[in-house]
Amino acid sequence: MCVWSGMTHSGRQTVKCMADFFSDLMVHKFLQHAVLTGLLAGIACGVIGSYVVTRRITYIAGGISHSVLAGMGAAGYLATIYGCEWLDPIHGAVAAALCAALLIGYVSMHARQREDTVIGAVWAVGMAVGILFIFKTPGYHEDLMSYLFGNILMVSSGDLILITVLDLVILSLVFVFYNQFLAVCFDEEFARIRGIHVEFFYLLLLCLTALTVVLLITVVGIVMVIALLTLPAAVAGQFSKKLWQMMILSSLLAAGFTMSGLAVSYGPDLPAGATTILLAGAVYLAVSLGHRILRK
Amino acid sequence: MISQNPVVEINNVHFSYDGSNVLEDVNLQVPDKDFLSIVGPNGGGKTTLIKLILGLLKPQKGRVRVFGVSPAKARARLGYMPQHASLDPLFPVTAMDVVLMGRLGSGGNRGFYNAADREKTGEALEMVELYEVRNRSFAELSGGQRQRVLIARALVSDPELLILDEPTSNVDAALEVELFELLVRLNEHMTIAVVIHDLGFVSRYVKSVACVNRRVVIHPTSEITGEMINQLYGHDVRMVRHDTFGQANG
Repeated sequence: MCVWSGMTHSGRQTVKCMADFFSDLMVHKFLQHAVLTGLLAGIACGVIGSYVVTRRITYIAGGISHSVLAGMGAAGYLATIYGCEWLDPIHGAVAAALCAALLIGYVSMHARQREDTVIGAVWAVGMAVGILFIFKTPGYHEDLMSYLFGNILMVSSGDLILITVLDLVILSLVFVFYNQFLAVCFDEEFARIRGIHVEFFYLLLLCLTALTVVLLITVVGIVMVIALLTLPAAVAGQFSKKLWQMMILSSLLAAGFTMSGLAVSYGPDLPAGATTILLAGAVYLAVSLGHRILRK
Repeated sequence: MISQNPVVEINNVHFSYDGSNVLEDVNLQVPDKDFLSIVGPNGGGKTTLIKLILGLLKPQKGRVRVFGVSPAKARARLGYMPQHASLDPLFPVTAMDVVLMGRLGSGGNRGFYNAADREKTGEALEMVELYEVRNRSFAELSGGQRQRVLIARALVSDPELLILDEPTSNVDAALEVELFELLVRLNEHMTIAVVIHDLGFVSRYVKSVACVNRRVVIHPTSEITGEMINQLYGHDVRMVRHDTFGQANG
């Protein structure tokens, strides 16, 4: 890794650092894992993020992502205390995310007026449970930081396999049920009259959102998941006439943001997750302003 | 007459929402090939009534039958056009995408559209004179065009009962006439129930009127008088449409 030395040469330094990133990429397995994770997560993120933005369920996605800490903490605790070595925090994350999605989905379908309260409760209680487990797990508590803010440079081969499987599950379900999801998101009542099982597809969509959240947690961490789920889709939405166009564009953007976040942060040793989000936020801001100015 | 069975049959239906009665003791029979208009003040229960017929709501008391079966079982034979204002105008879909949704679930469609679905969709768009803008995004269309896209979506499944919720709320007067003339043509081979805001102008098109204000009273169109409407709304209602209300955005 190169050292950040002096502001005067910062431009040249950045170029040198980026070059380091690409030369190190050839050598280091952890960097290759990081790049693959970023690309795979980016694809799912663009596809599901398009649903999250158009169906306006960002707050639900936020609730799911924060409640994941409970699963990660519990899995880490069980692995350490009871020696379940096969148990990885990411397994706990999948379980907690799916539970949160089903719980929030059930409540939002059956008690509409209390939906946001329940999401808030799942959000906070999930985090509290996670924090308790992490603090009762012997050893250093560095894990908490990487759960919260992501650590894309720490992805193991096992994680990578799970991430690939989750990605395939998400993409194939969206491919098969594209038209049903579109109808349910656009006009739920009409979809119901057409004989579509609206509850089933809504819950399935929340479960797919949950799985995508798990993928993104490795990249940017619990706290910043919502940004990566919504910003690329929001940018893509301004240029798309059809949902699938929005999905493709948004996937390209999300993968682009994670890749450039990784490359830019690598040299100066910045946190990759935060760098990715700042890039995404800057592009979103620029596009939104540009759109507004062009329209005038 | 082949069929004397009513298309819609509602017996002693009560519906309340959060403890307050929206509809009380409703009895309604819609005969085959009727062109029923549903009128009444805002909050009087018009939309609730059609949602009961569509099976989107379930009555607390009483029974709703559509084509002699429960609304849920009759769904394949229903076409429905909601108010376009209830939909997200920024949603990334084209006019064609929206109309195709009407083909879902019909004829054993499991989620992938085939050539026949696309052909039907094209025909429905032609019927509402929007074929040329089929690839425009829903967001780019005017209020009136969106409304007609939703009518095409309701028609594309060849319904036997077509239910429309305020199809003319965003449409200028000329288009309103055009729209009702289209409905009259469709009425030759399907039953139509349409929620409308004011009756004045459409009374010459429809065959009967259901006045909904917690209770439902049915009249043949010939019986409608200004006095009756005053009773229903509790104040004077314009029998002549003011064109300033329908903005020219069709």
